[in-house]
Amino acid sequence: MSAIPSTASEIAAAVTAKRITARAVIDDYLSRIDARESEIHAFNLVMAQDARAQADAIDADIAAGRPVGPLAGVPIAIKDNMCTHGVETTCSSKILEGWKPPYDATVITRLRTAGAVIIGKTNMDEFAMGSSTENSAFGSTRNPCDISRVPGGSSGGSAAAVAAGFSPVSLGSDTGGSIRQPAALCGVVGVKPTYGVVSRYGLVAYASSLDQIGPFATTVADAALLTEVIGGHDPMDSTSIPLASPSLLPSVSQGVAGMRIGRVTDLPAGAEPEVAARLDQAFAALEAAGATIVDITLPSLSYALTAYYLIAPAEASSNLARFDGVRFGLRVNAADTNSMYGATRAAGFGDEVKRRIMLGTYALSAGYYDAYYGKALKVRRLIAQDFERAYEQVDAILTPTSPVVAFKFGDKVDDPMSMYLCDIYTIPTNLAGHPAMSVPFGTGAHGLPVGIQVLAPALGEQAMFRVGGALEVAAGGAQ
Amino acid sequence: MTQSGSPISASDVAKVARLARLDIDDAQVAHFTEQLAKVMGHFSDIDALDLDGVGPMTQPYPLINIMREDVELPCLDTDEVLAAAPASDERRFRVPPIIGLDD
Repeated sequence: MSAIPSTASEIAAAVTAKRITARAVIDDYLSRIDARESEIHAFNLVMAQDARAQADAIDADIAAGRPVGPLAGVPIAIKDNMCTHGVETTCSSKILEGWKPPYDATVITRLRTAGAVIIGKTNMDEFAMGSSTENSAFGSTRNPCDISRVPGGSSGGSAAAVAAGFSPVSLGSDTGGSIRQPAALCGVVGVKPTYGVVSRYGLVAYASSLDQIGPFATTVADAALLTEVIGGHDPMDSTSIPLASPSLLPSVSQGVAGMRIGRVTDLPAGAEPEVAARLDQAFAALEAAGATIVDITLPSLSYALTAYYLIAPAEASSNLARFDGVRFGLRVNAADTNSMYGATRAAGFGDEVKRRIMLGTYALSAGYYDAYYGKALKVRRLIAQDFERAYEQVDAILTPTSPVVAFKFGDKVDDPMSMYLCDIYTIPTNLAGHPAMSVPFGTGAHGLPVGIQVLAPALGEQAMFRVGGALEVAAGGAQ
Repeated sequence: MTQSGSPISASDVAKVARLARLDIDDAQVAHFTEQLAKVMGHFSDIDALDLDGVGPMTQPYPLINIMREDVELPCLDTDEVLAAAPASDERRFRVPPIIGLDD
């Protein structure tokens, strides 16, 4: 038996070729979790027994000569807002604690079919609302790069699981940056595909017109492989784009010669100087690799934060109405249903979820709808139009992923506005529905990881992965 | 916007909490009012935009009339669904009285 490889593609190749067993792979990763999970707290649930049984089943298939998928024997950690049949799915909320979904999300079905081994459910900001994983009802996740700092959020557990080597890959969800920002803060690759490329069936909804599932990985190629596996039309999601999953792996090594890369000259200020310096370095690297850098403007970008923090809470206030103590999760008993709803939701939701439900309810209420929600939808259109104009001149755009490197616990948790500003560069893509990814690119203040964000037009995943692949190569020289 | 200049008042917060079925006490109303006022203060940045003639955007990738064939497909297992509910009775979700006992 050879050593356990560190990437998903190498693991799948070694397992399929019988150089190692899926069981040896999962045992190795479970032992890494045992060694350091008490310090990191990436998981709400480690599915050790179930994962070993899944791995044994893959090994049995291989021994019997049955065909296995492209992720044969690859461990994967799943954000705890994706339904796993019979396995607790909590959204890191007391209101769903103990709930076992009666079905698998489409992404889970696709991973299982591809031979992946689900290793556990990862911690997150409650209902994916937050940028630090401090809003989890079950305690914060620590950043494996520096445990006095946050891993980012909301998919902080999934980012930390990959950064700590607990799993070669993981899935998160991204509504305003919840994959890309923690990827940047933990020094891993994170991808938010085009809205509609990955099915949302079985993803507990936060803001339905913005939510998208995507992968975390240690390499751009693994992120491409995962996106290929989970992408493609799903009749169970009426917002799923009726196209087959795109071929992405060849793009990763294609290079950027001849590509036009946009530099946003009116990007909202706020990036730390070390982060801004890394961005300059990234542009220089792409230019050296044969791309042309083109200055562009996105004048409406500075309004994205306002549009997002009206639209996302408005959708959340509607989506989270389903948590009423009737069909699943927590119930606080009361004399009548109306009192039961109020008491259950007060006890079950944390403060940030309550803030966003109230914000959204207010933005949608009679007398304020046009002034807030209606206006935000028009600003969303302006932002999408800005991008449309920009993509007439460029194939992709580079920005920082996060304005700051990983911050300390407690720094922002009582100041919602300063926390919201963490997402200033990631939010516009969700509003437009475009794909974006974060690629680790050197370090910033305190030697902490910096992520560079690659943006591309709708269904422009191939261009995005070309740039991502080139940045990964260049990042070797940026360490 | 309220007339006072503050983007949201304590009575607004108490009202939306009631609409959203969130029981919060007076101390929490004060706490949330302060935080939400700060967040909503930021929202005035879009007031200066000329949005006449701009159509609202509700979905990034508009798809319309997404239908499936009208054929029977397997559905969720009723017993499994009810087992996850806080209370059930005779294959139904059981809830407290809709009309309060005091009413």
